[in-house]
Formats: sequence, C-alpha cells, structure tokens
Amino acid sequence: MWTAVLVTNQPLNRELKLKMPFSDCKTSRREMLSRTGRAAAVAAVSSGLRPLWAEQPSSQAAEDAVWDMHGHLAGASGTPEQRISQFLKYADRMGIERLIVFMGYPFSTDPSPEEVRRQNDQVLQAVAHSGGRAFGFVYLNPKQTEESLRELDRCVRDGPMLGVKLWTALRCHEKALDPIVERAVELKAPILQHTWLKATGNLPGESTPDDLAELAARHPKAPFIAAHVGGDWERGIRSIRGTTNVTAEICGSDPTAGVVEMAVRELGAERVMYGSDFGGRSFASQLAKVYGADVPEAAKRLILGGNIRRMLGEILAAKAVKP
Amino acid sequence: MIVDVNVNLSRWPFRRLPCDEMPKLLEKLAASGVTQAWVGSFDGLFHKDIGGVNARLADECSRQRPGLLIPFGSVNPKLPDWQEDVRRVHEDYHMPGIRLHPNYHGYRLDDPVFGELCASAERRGLIVQLVLRMEDPRTQHPLMPVPDVAPEPLADLVAARPNLRLVLLNATRTLSGDVLDRLMAAGNVYCEIAMLEGVGGISNLLSIVPLDRVLFGSHFPFFHLEAAVLKLRESELTPQQTEAVSRKNAERLTTIPNPSFGSHSG
Repeated sequence: MWTAVLVTNQPLNRELKLKMPFSDCKTSRREMLSRTGRAAAVAAVSSGLRPLWAEQPSSQAAEDAVWDMHGHLAGASGTPEQRISQFLKYADRMGIERLIVFMGYPFSTDPSPEEVRRQNDQVLQAVAHSGGRAFGFVYLNPKQTEESLRELDRCVRDGPMLGVKLWTALRCHEKALDPIVERAVELKAPILQHTWLKATGNLPGESTPDDLAELAARHPKAPFIAAHVGGDWERGIRSIRGTTNVTAEICGSDPTAGVVEMAVRELGAERVMYGSDFGGRSFASQLAKVYGADVPEAAKRLILGGNIRRMLGEILAAKAVKP
Repeated sequence: MIVDVNVNLSRWPFRRLPCDEMPKLLEKLAASGVTQAWVGSFDGLFHKDIGGVNARLADECSRQRPGLLIPFGSVNPKLPDWQEDVRRVHEDYHMPGIRLHPNYHGYRLDDPVFGELCASAERRGLIVQLVLRMEDPRTQHPLMPVPDVAPEPLADLVAARPNLRLVLLNATRTLSGDVLDRLMAAGNVYCEIAMLEGVGGISNLLSIVPLDRVLFGSHFPFFHLEAAVLKLRESELTPQQTEAVSRKNAERLTTIPNPSFGSHSG
C-alpha cells in the first residue's frame, strides 16, 4: 500500500506544478475538476480507502467534488490574495474543489461595524482572486442589527457572498437575531452559526447547539448550519436532532473517530456537512473524519459536497453561478 | 511502510470506538500501510492493576505477526511498588519501552518520582513515551476533567539524562515556543504528528523541529488513522522527508538491541 502512495504521490505533484500554477488559477474548470478528482482519489488510496472519484469523467467528478464549508483567512500570511492562493494550493493537494471563506484577520469576537466591514472586504478580495474556487459568507455582529442588515445587503444582495457567518458576539437564541435571519431567508442565504459546548466553559457570547435549535425553531424556513456541531458532538448532535432545518457541520475539532457515524445515524446523511476550519485546522485531519467513517459511500459524497451544493443551490442560481 | 508510534489497544473509557476491536484495528492498520504499531493500552489510564494491563497487552501483541504490534507497558509511579512493573516490562515481557500518563495518574513532571522513573528507564534502555494529552480538555466528560501535562520541567530533566530516549505523544497542541526549542536542544526528544493541526502542518513542524525528531503517530483508534496518513500528503514533503517521518526515524530510534523488535514480544 505504501509503495503505491510513494509511486503515485510524486507524479501527481509534478503534474499539478507543471499544469496548474496556483498563482494565476487560469486552468480551465474542466481540467481542474479532473485533476482535483484524481488528487482526491490518490489521497483516498493513500489512506487505504477506496477512492470515490477515481478516473471518473469530469461531469461525474463535478457532482462528487469536495467542497469545504468552513475556512478563514487567518492561519496564513500576506494579503488576502496571497492567503487564498496558499490555501488553494493545499486544497489542490487534498482534492478539494471549492472553499467557503468567512472572517478576515485578525480574529475579532465582538467587532465594531467598521471592523466587520473591513474583514468582509478582505474576504471579498480573496474570493475575487480565487478564480471562482472560493465563495464568501458575510461575517456579522448580531449586536448591531441595522449595520448587520446593511452589510448583508452589501455583501450578499449586492455582492457575491452566499451566506451568513455568526460567531461569538452574542448567543444566537437572542431575539436580536430575528431580523437578520428574516433578511437572510429573503436572500436565500444559509446561516452558519458557530456552536460549542466546552467542558472548560464557553465565552459569554458563545452559542451552544441548544441555542441554535431554539433560533431555528423560530425560523423553520431558514437553513442553519451548526458549525462544529458543538465540539462535544455526542451532545451537540442530540441538541439539533429534532430541529430539521439545522445541519451538522463537523469541522474544527480533533479527528475523533465516530462523529460522522453518529451524525449520519441520528440526523441522516443529508444533514451532515464537511468543513475543515482551515487554516487553524488541517484539511487532512478534518477530511479524515469522513474518509475514515464507516458509512456508505453515497453518504460520504453528500457530506463532502452534495449537501453544500444543495443548500446553496437557490442562491447560486439567483447569482447565475453554476456549481 | 509506516511505523505508527501512537496506537492504543482495549477500550476508551468514555465511548466505544469504531476500531477498538482487534480484527478491525488490524484491518485498518494494514489498509493504511502501517507495518508496525507501537501500542499502549487505554486500560493504563485508570486501571490500578497495571500488572494485569501489561500482561494482557503483551499477550495480545504476541498473538499477532511478529513485529506488527510492539507493546509499550503502562507504569503508574503513584502506585505502590511501581518498580516491579518496570522490571516486568523489561525483563519478563521484553518490551522496548513504557508509556506514561502523568495527568491521569496524578503527578507533575517536577515530582521527584517522575525523575526516578526516567532514571530507571534510562538504566534499562527503555524508551519513554510521555503522553501530554489524550483528549481535548474542552470535550472531556464534565465529571472527569484531565488537564494537559505541563511540559516545562522536561528540558532540565532530559539534559541531565543523556541516554534517555523520550517520545512525546499528542504533544503538538501543547508544546510550542521556547519550551519546545529548549526541549529539542536538551537531548533525545522526539514528537509525532497525531495532534498536529494547521494547513501544511508537517512542513510547519519541520521548520522548528529537526527532521530526525519527527515520527508518524496517529492516536488511533481514538482518532481516525487517516488523519495522520493524509497529513503526509497535505504538506509538500520530499521523498526523503516522507520516509524519515513515516518510518526511518522510528526505526533508528530502536536501533539499540531489543528482542521485541522483529520478534515475538510475549
């Protein structure tokens, strides 16, 4: 097995270097999909798994392509353009086709309106430089309702962003979030909410999966993503189980065995999403949660990209972006 | 071929793991290209009958292909007559080393008993695997919080024991900065990649830790084995770097003759 890894590894790397310079991303989409599919296949082979996308035609590869639901510009260096180029280079190595990016740098847990706008501008810069391979979600501080609505309009209604990212400024069960959620629903924009259940104690404004379930129950037409599914996923999955408009996103915690199996068992594969939380986390460690899971391959395809594409389908269509 | 220096047998105390039974564990090791695994026992965390833990570990390893599972016995120096456990690990079971869990056994690294234990291991030529963390403290059972091992006292201890071979497991989320620099400069100290995070993690680690001190470790079956394997791909490593991390460094670490390597260990 390892011999196969070493043999296949180097030619793949050379091919990527020669044919796909990451600095300009001029490679055609068809070529890129074909290569990322092969990269994913080799990554899967190297881990002893049956490759999901091996030598499939590009149209099939597009349907099965890996999309990463959760990443940040922190964890790299340089300008937003340089940072997204660095992350795309690693994404190529891991067979990931698209990256969803939100929040700029440095991290700010309770940003001012000016800081929110500045960080969203950083993401817009990165997205514009990605050759269509990165999508943005708008970062909002729900303590600032009016400013958040204006920023939502600027970045999603009038800009290229596709969804909303909420972090730790305010626990999400608060009524202050309702106008933001209602506007997001109008714009067909999913809402990704950071959730954790820390045995060491949450931050004052840090949401739990229970908080998100409460918010989601008030807005049954809004699609929500429970980022990190609480970290303590055995509790987090249970918290959102009965609220069907909440999808579990598995990123940003250690690659503990069993999370995907439990999520698929309790929620169904249609409510589970892959994300990595790059650059703080490794693409490798987070992909392993799916590649290593004892679930059907059809479930893995949904988790690695199918569910994201379905959730973003309406807004992508509204913006005339083909997934 | 991969030598995985961070694998455990038996049951994680708080959850069943998908590969915590021997057939599935062996199947996953083989499928991932792991040709040798250095294994401890989850039982070593809480069991007080450490003699029984190590006897089972030696027996289970001896039932597999020679050289596949290399047992590292648990030693809890807060138990009476822990020296007998060290003797059995070395003389009866011919294990190449011991695996320590100071945070689960209730001592700090500046406790004199830890120094005594390291001295004993050094005299016997035993590798010491020191586990700094088993689980993210944020996700632990609320009634059982176990903080990370504080590594600060290690550098001085290692410097005083030039023949000690120390392998730090699950250390890369805990060790950083000056503490890591001092530790690597102090002596024969190694780390592995199981808890390494960040994009391009191995490349980043190699910018601060010498190549010959980095080992392949997975923390399997608690973690997915695939996580460590895929890290080898994520970083752009030369073939020489890949070989060193995945196999050669661990093999070199064990060049001191020990009957456990390449032969039955029971």
